Amino acid sequence: AAVESSDSEEEDLVSYGSALQPLQEGERIKKPVPLQEQTVKDAKGRYQRFHGAFTGGFSAGYFNTVGTKEGWTPSAFVSSRQKRAGRTILGPEDFMDEEDLSEFGIAPKDITTTDDFASKTKDRIKEKARQIAGVVAPIPGTTAFDDLIGPSKITVGVDLLRKMGWKEGQGIGPRVKRKPYRQKPDPTVKIYGCALPPGLSEDSEDEEDEYQPENVTFAPKDVMPVDLTPKENVHGLGYKGLDPSQALFGVSGREHLNLFTGGSEETSNLLGDLRHSKARKLGITGQAFGVGALEEEDDDIYATDTLSKYDTVLKDEEPGDGLYGWTAPKQYKSEKRPEREFKYIGKILDGFSLASKSSAPIKIYPPPILPRNYRPVHYFRPVIIAGNENCQLQKALEESTGKLESDPTQQSRHALNAAQRREQLGETELKGPTPSILEYLSEKDRERLKEVKQASEKQIKAKIVSQQSPNSRFQPASPEDAAHKWQMLLGRQLANAGSSDFKPFAKDPEKQKRYENFVKSLKQGEKDTLERFLDPNMTEWERGREQEEFFRAAMFYRSSNSTLSSRFTRAKYEDDVDKVEVPRDQENDVNDKETAVKMKMFGKLTRDKFEWHPDKLLCKRFNVRDPYPDSSVVGLPKVKRDKYSVFNFLTVPEPTTSVTQATNEKIQESYSLNKPKKSSRWDISDKEKEKKDSISELISLARSKADVQQQPPVPATEECGTGTSETLPTVVIDEDKNQGEESGRPPMDLFKAIFVSSSDEKSSSSEEESDEEQQPTTSERESETTKQVDVPDSSSSNVQESVTATTDSGISSLPTSKQELDATEEFGPKLPPAFSSGRFCKHLDRKEKHRKIRERHKTKKERKRKKEKKKKHKKQKNKGKHKNKKSEKDSSSDTTNSSDSHSDMDTTGLSPKELLRR
Amino acid sequence: MAFPRPRPARPELPRQRVRTLQCGQGAVRAARFNADGNYCLTCGSDKTLKLWNPHKGTALRTYQGHGYEVLDAAGSFDNSQICSGGADKAVALWDVTTGQVVRKYRGHAGKVNCVQFNEEATVIMSGSIDSTVRCWDCRSRRPDPIQVLDEAKDGISSVKLSAHEILTGSVDGRVRRYDLRMGQLCSDYIGSPITSVCFSKDGQCVLAASLDSTLRLLDKDTGELLGEYTGHRSTTYRLDCVLNEQDTHVGCASEDGHVYFWDLVEGSLALSLPVGQGVVQSLAFHPRLPCLLVATQGQVTLWREDTFQPEGDPN
Repeated sequence: AAVESSDSEEEDLVSYGSALQPLQEGERIKKPVPLQEQTVKDAKGRYQRFHGAFTGGFSAGYFNTVGTKEGWTPSAFVSSRQKRAGRTILGPEDFMDEEDLSEFGIAPKDITTTDDFASKTKDRIKEKARQIAGVVAPIPGTTAFDDLIGPSKITVGVDLLRKMGWKEGQGIGPRVKRKPYRQKPDPTVKIYGCALPPGLSEDSEDEEDEYQPENVTFAPKDVMPVDLTPKENVHGLGYKGLDPSQALFGVSGREHLNLFTGGSEETSNLLGDLRHSKARKLGITGQAFGVGALEEEDDDIYATDTLSKYDTVLKDEEPGDGLYGWTAPKQYKSEKRPEREFKYIGKILDGFSLASKSSAPIKIYPPPILPRNYRPVHYFRPVIIAGNENCQLQKALEESTGKLESDPTQQSRHALNAAQRREQLGETELKGPTPSILEYLSEKDRERLKEVKQASEKQIKAKIVSQQSPNSRFQPASPEDAAHKWQMLLGRQLANAGSSDFKPFAKDPEKQKRYENFVKSLKQGEKDTLERFLDPNMTEWERGREQEEFFRAAMFYRSSNSTLSSRFTRAKYEDDVDKVEVPRDQENDVNDKETAVKMKMFGKLTRDKFEWHPDKLLCKRFNVRDPYPDSSVVGLPKVKRDKYSVFNFLTVPEPTTSVTQATNEKIQESYSLNKPKKSSRWDISDKEKEKKDSISELISLARSKADVQQQPPVPATEECGTGTSETLPTVVIDEDKNQGEESGRPPMDLFKAIFVSSSDEKSSSSEEESDEEQQPTTSERESETTKQVDVPDSSSSNVQESVTATTDSGISSLPTSKQELDATEEFGPKLPPAFSSGRFCKHLDRKEKHRKIRERHKTKKERKRKKEKKKKHKKQKNKGKHKNKKSEKDSSSDTTNSSDSHSDMDTTGLSPKELLRR
Repeated sequence: MAFPRPRPARPELPRQRVRTLQCGQGAVRAARFNADGNYCLTCGSDKTLKLWNPHKGTALRTYQGHGYEVLDAAGSFDNSQICSGGADKAVALWDVTTGQVVRKYRGHAGKVNCVQFNEEATVIMSGSIDSTVRCWDCRSRRPDPIQVLDEAKDGISSVKLSAHEILTGSVDGRVRRYDLRMGQLCSDYIGSPITSVCFSKDGQCVLAASLDSTLRLLDKDTGELLGEYTGHRSTTYRLDCVLNEQDTHVGCASEDGHVYFWDLVEGSLALSLPVGQGVVQSLAFHPRLPCLLVATQGQVTLWREDTFQPEGDPN
């Protein structure tokens, strides 16, 4: 029976779910997993979080540490060379967790309807209509399912309307002129108690009409579709059931839930707007589903009631006209009330009301009437000398002018010490232990001190007054005052003055540093710290001075900075550096090239070749071997030159002075061929080779510019003149005459120094240079020059003297004098000769002496003569330049050459000194 | 026994207007073929750069990102990147497919007249009116150029690159050739401001157009004048000069709305193409075919040889 009954019971029972496994014999009952251990894990074994990094949670890597269980695995290196195009661009997804990409993350990867294809959620009218239908329908809320099967497109009609300018919420039809389109009252405004009858609000509308501007038109009022659903139920008329949206979405607390309202339209509006303003998703939220029949209240029990929900002032219903912003004249209906006429117009904040009594009107005072003879220019009143009798007057004056002169004795009471104040007040001194050292002095001494002090004070006072009278504005009375004043002056302008460029105290780095700190602090506006940056080791006076100096410097910089900086760029070369970097290889003469181009003689004449060092990286990128693997130079090799050297301004090719060892060696070799015993100092004079060219340039320039301009004779020009006249016929040197002339004419060494030539001179395109390639060696030229000094003045110079004495231009004189300077630099005793013999050194000394003597004793006559010679030579040279090389050769070069050959034979292996002796 | 090689076909010149591209990007400052000549780039004065298939007449892509007119552009050998320079003083490196600016190189003090990739598209050379040529590195992220070639005394109007040479034409009237392999700079004086330079295909000659309405063909190694070509008008504008695909003719744009072609050897005028009314601004010759791209005013025209039959063309 028992079994039967149990069977029957089993039949009766309905079982849900799957049955537990029947327990085995002897098996222990499994312990239930405690709640805290019931965790969810994801595929990787991490604890599942329901938020990604972007939505409040965080789960990174493997247990918030690294990528895998084994640890961090670096992604395999992939050469970018092959995979250049496939460079991955990281997107936001790369930084997001899986949770963010999951269904409920911020970027769900599931297939969902996007906004474009979403069903007409924006179609408010239809929605409203549907909701009305839903409310009216026998089973409320059924229409919600329409969403799921509704067409996913905005209808063509709506689309067309939109294109015609219609906006959602507006009615359809021509724009209405005077009757404003009024929105429904804001549904969020609650009405407690009795609502106003509709008629009244109509009246108010009429009143408002007067207020509307004439030219404003309004869209017509939105017309709700007429609900034509037949009444199929047996509910009472107007009964609409329980509003599911209110019941379900937890917003009912804000609303009186009245089942019966006047018009269905109103409720529908209410519904629609509410739904949109809340923008709630359909779904079941927090609260229990549905409303129990027995529940008294389904309000949001946590809602708090605030005072602002209630009206505090008796007033009309707010117009709620959305056409106006908050500045709209809400209260214009009450304009008739007199005391509110010029009151606050606009929306009054909740909890506030307009004052019933207006405050007293603000008194406006008219500006003072200017006196007839008023001039809007300030003038300074006379300064009255401070003294006992007129100090009051002075004070008054100062106060009226607005600037209180700071006088040590007349300072404000805070500047006085206790003793002084006491003295002024006529109080007696306090008895007690006095810290003053005066106490320990004898009576007499004290008196004497006092006298001295007073005397000095008087003096100071007088001085100050006298200083203040003429230029009191510029004389800072105390450093602190000055600082204040300067700061007032500078304060703002300094703010944008960058101090990095301007170094007024560059020579004194300490001071410069102090200055910079000072400016910085000034910029930040710290007044007190200004003192801090001054040298603490200095005396008070020095510090004051320095501060003043700094202020002025800052001021100066500011003004120049703002006004001038826009017009100037930074210097290419620093000012205090007298050497500049210039390209080592200069281009050939442009004029030559132009003529070559005209003659279509392209090629050697128009081509310049430079050594050019490409960047190492550039070579690598071009897959080219670095042509200069050892050099660190990039671009054209540069040489340090004198900044004001003529060569920087001349376009003459100038071989290196110091660049490559190779060239030096080459030169040396060539020299050793000619003169094996010659000192290597001559190597340096490679540069001098160019001087020749530059000089000839200058001369031609000078010649072209030569006018009647009288010119103070400059010795350097003569040297050049004589120097360049090496093509004159050579005669044997008269030793005695040479010696006799020694004091008056430049020594050979100088010429040699300047015009030394080398046989390995680089070939250049200019004809001028080709001329000079025929030049004799130094020794020859010595003989030439000496001869020139002697020979031609008697023959031709007198003829030309009148002309040539006057024709010289400053252009030639100035640079050549510089050249001379160069020469001194190069040939000064500073440079140690590499293979010098003792004799040569002596010889150098003599050279120096010679030059000095020469410069001292030069006579005018000689100068003239030489100048004239130079002229002559120039002529010749120019002729030669203009392509009558041949004639030149005929006239002079032949002889030169012949003599060259002579002297060459003779002089090889002889030192210059010996040459001179001959 | 091998057949004798067929006699090389007589070089033909583009005489027939095949297509006109209305670029719609203001004045077309430059038109350039890509490396294989299948596509072309046009630089507009409306700050855009456009990629076209000129043979089909389709616009493929517009590249926006320059701050001012684009003055020159060049494509990389693998067609993956484009570099361009503009009046906004910037040189931009574009990704062809995404249309995004990969990098922008700023450093020029004036507008950038010309840009070129090197053979491997690892360096961009840009010439500017600030008289410098800057070598920008595409491989690293360094913002400053690898090297600045500031030898020119006036603005750079044209830059061309060969495997190991940089050829620049400057307004100071000089054609400079930087030989990286030799470590040498050769400066050839022409006199008149250079508007355009280019290498011949065999790399032995240099063609230079200058503002004295003359084209000069110079021997690269010696600087000697091999030929001189006149007849066109070029006095004001920066006009391009080209050599045809077989180095038999030289061509140059002209301010009278024509494009002129001369026989390279004889120096005689072979062809003058009437392109339009305005100045012919830019020229580009197809690397393999007798096909010429001519930019004038707001349009680009494509010219082919007479025998060419445009396929798919209704007329």
